[in-house]
Amino acid sequence: MNRTPGSAGSRVPALVLVLVVGFPWLGVRPGAQRAYSPLDVEDGQRLYLNACTNCHGPEGNAVPGIDLGRGQFRRASSDNDLIEIVRRGIPGTAMPPGNYSNTAATQIVAYLRAMAAGGTTPTAIGDARRGRAVFEGKGQCLTCHQVNGIGSRLGPDLSEVGRLGRASEIEQAVLDPHREVLPQNRTVTVTTRDGARVSGRLLHHDTFTVLLLDSEENLRSFDKSNVRDVTVIKTNPMPSYRGTLADQEVADLVGYLVSLKGTRALTP
Amino acid sequence: MIRRVALLLFVTGAALHAQVSFDRLLRAANEPQNWLTYSGTYTGQRYSELAQITPANVKDLQPQWVFQARSLEKFEATPLVVDGVMYTVQPPNDIVAIDAATGRTFWMYSHRPSPLARLCCGRVNRGLAILGQTLFMGTIDGHLIAVDAKSGRLVWDVSLTRPEAGYSLTLAPLVVKDKVIVGPAGGEYGIRGFLTAFDAKTGKQVWRFNTVAGPGEPGGGSWGGESWKTGGGSIWVTGSYDPDANLTYWGIGNAGPDRNGDSRPGDNLYTASVVALDADTGRLKWHYQFSPHDEFDQDATQIPVLADLPWQGRPRKLLLWANRNGFFYVMDRLTGEFLSGRPFVRVTWADGFDAHGRPKRIPGQEPTPRGTLVYPGNQGATNWYNPSFSPRTRLFYVPAWVNYASLFIKRPQAYVEGQYFGGGEGRATDAQGLRTATNNLRTEDEGYGAILAIDPLTGERKWEYKMVDFTDAGVLTTASDLLFSGGREGDFYALDARTGARLWKFTVGGQVQSGPMTYSIRGRQYVAVSAGSSFYAFALPR
Repeated sequence: MNRTPGSAGSRVPALVLVLVVGFPWLGVRPGAQRAYSPLDVEDGQRLYLNACTNCHGPEGNAVPGIDLGRGQFRRASSDNDLIEIVRRGIPGTAMPPGNYSNTAATQIVAYLRAMAAGGTTPTAIGDARRGRAVFEGKGQCLTCHQVNGIGSRLGPDLSEVGRLGRASEIEQAVLDPHREVLPQNRTVTVTTRDGARVSGRLLHHDTFTVLLLDSEENLRSFDKSNVRDVTVIKTNPMPSYRGTLADQEVADLVGYLVSLKGTRALTP
Repeated sequence: MIRRVALLLFVTGAALHAQVSFDRLLRAANEPQNWLTYSGTYTGQRYSELAQITPANVKDLQPQWVFQARSLEKFEATPLVVDGVMYTVQPPNDIVAIDAATGRTFWMYSHRPSPLARLCCGRVNRGLAILGQTLFMGTIDGHLIAVDAKSGRLVWDVSLTRPEAGYSLTLAPLVVKDKVIVGPAGGEYGIRGFLTAFDAKTGKQVWRFNTVAGPGEPGGGSWGGESWKTGGGSIWVTGSYDPDANLTYWGIGNAGPDRNGDSRPGDNLYTASVVALDADTGRLKWHYQFSPHDEFDQDATQIPVLADLPWQGRPRKLLLWANRNGFFYVMDRLTGEFLSGRPFVRVTWADGFDAHGRPKRIPGQEPTPRGTLVYPGNQGATNWYNPSFSPRTRLFYVPAWVNYASLFIKRPQAYVEGQYFGGGEGRATDAQGLRTATNNLRTEDEGYGAILAIDPLTGERKWEYKMVDFTDAGVLTTASDLLFSGGREGDFYALDARTGARLWKFTVGGQVQSGPMTYSIRGRQYVAVSAGSSFYAFALPR
């Protein structure tokens, strides 16, 4: 699966790691005060990742004494307590008030409860140093992904994937990448009127134009009047690494990916 | 002495000509060089007799000037043009008088809205009305203001409502005779909607019609308990007017809370309806409800289009309506009689109509906590952006969202003043329940934008112009059988109104979220539209 020079679009990207967002398979924590729909959990996750991970981390355990992912809170026990804290903050502490509606705050709590309910099967997190070797070697992940400026731009940049996703999600994306491809990660194949085929990452598509990043990382623009066919591919070109990598290698790879926190300044 | 009299007559004549009388508004179609109302004429057809730009020469259209708004809000206004002067609204509420030939600004009047204003979907304004030498604008904090068209100075200012409770004015007012008619938006905030008329000279209220019928009012029994107090029934766009019947026609917005009807048992009149009101008194002549007990946010906030056509062999005064709920309706506009209703896109919430024109609901198609996939989706088959009817082609043109669905999710909803009162959400999704792309990464199976040409006499689709992305752009047709529109992709284009063939396009670089219009100055036709934060005027080379 070495990257081979050749005509644009002549190969399928080897590894496109696409984070899957949402926990529709998770149930409601026993004893929780409210029942939440999977949609609430999904929305709550989005809100959590946008606003809470800077301090609490994707696993919810970055603040000492608090482990949101395991239902361990300092000052709250009921869902209403949590909603109140999400909205009002905790005066005198680093926990600020959030500008959330009651619905949004409830969705965040739904996600916290779902995190805790799903935490019973811990994801194996291996050695990050060995994981990097898998990432850059056997896994050939740099064929499609980039980390801190090294690698390919065809797939999502993973420089801060450890800040945006939980270990369990990252593991699932490695082992079962076909659940969902985010729209911004779609690929496209353009066939021109003279028969040339060009594939790449879809950047823009309108009535007149298709823009993409081809496999040689060239920005390409096609006028549709010169195009015979445009096929947008919504399935994930990334193969599953189940069976390709040993369990320990997967754990190490996950360990490396969760260690990638990016270089963006964190704000309290 | 004779010279003095002649001069006086000339000056007086010019001044009189500058007055936009009600008679001029009635006969706006006879002066196509101007654009005197939101839709161009009272019919809501947005059709112009100007024909200098033709299918043969439209390819030569060139931008003449661009007005750049000092605002990043959506630019949804359709301007007025009166004798060479363009009047439009820079969002949210700045009236601008522009030289329509050069794009240069004569004056600007700024209304600073209260920070208490609550808007679901942008701090927008859709335009102005004029009578005499006075311009009228509704504001997002619920004021109706009158401004002198020559000086830009305030004439009067009245506050209709409490903006902190979600009441806002976003529509271009409708002037009929000596009255200015408006109604508030705010259907996502639990308002109780209304239409109201003010004396154009004094700003005094003349009549009021509650679009959510209360106890003791006709239709008041269609609301359970006290749900009418927060029932919605908003007004987004300008009504139309039939002078022979002296009736104004208005589309009424959704019931609230939008996607949870448990607290409001009944049909919830007059939400998701068209009402025909006497222009002098505001009394209800008739109504028709497109979506009884709406739970899909199916605002009937479309421009009512009036057309006189032979219906089944005899001339009739018709009302044509492509509704957000996915059906294209033909009605008798004098009586409100339902004549036909046909889906113009995929529809899964209803399956036809009973003998009285009531839609037959499909069991199980209703919002649920886990979500129900329903076509058309949350933004509707079409929406507030205007359609057009050409009396030449006798076709109705509607900007549409085709093959478009949402997951309708129902949630408990308590009313808190000034807070969102949606009762759930409509989530963009494809048939598999997966998230769909936002702008310009879309695939056809996730839905697409289109201009549809519909024969109103048969409901048949004559042609379809497809776009990759959806559209919030209105449609203009002209006597040369051209059609102008745009969309979210950031293009403004011209189609052959008879075939749908694309004849010209220009990349304006921002979403077109307004209706195009046309005017002429010294014999030169312009076509104009807003896109992004700018307003563009096009014409043929000299």
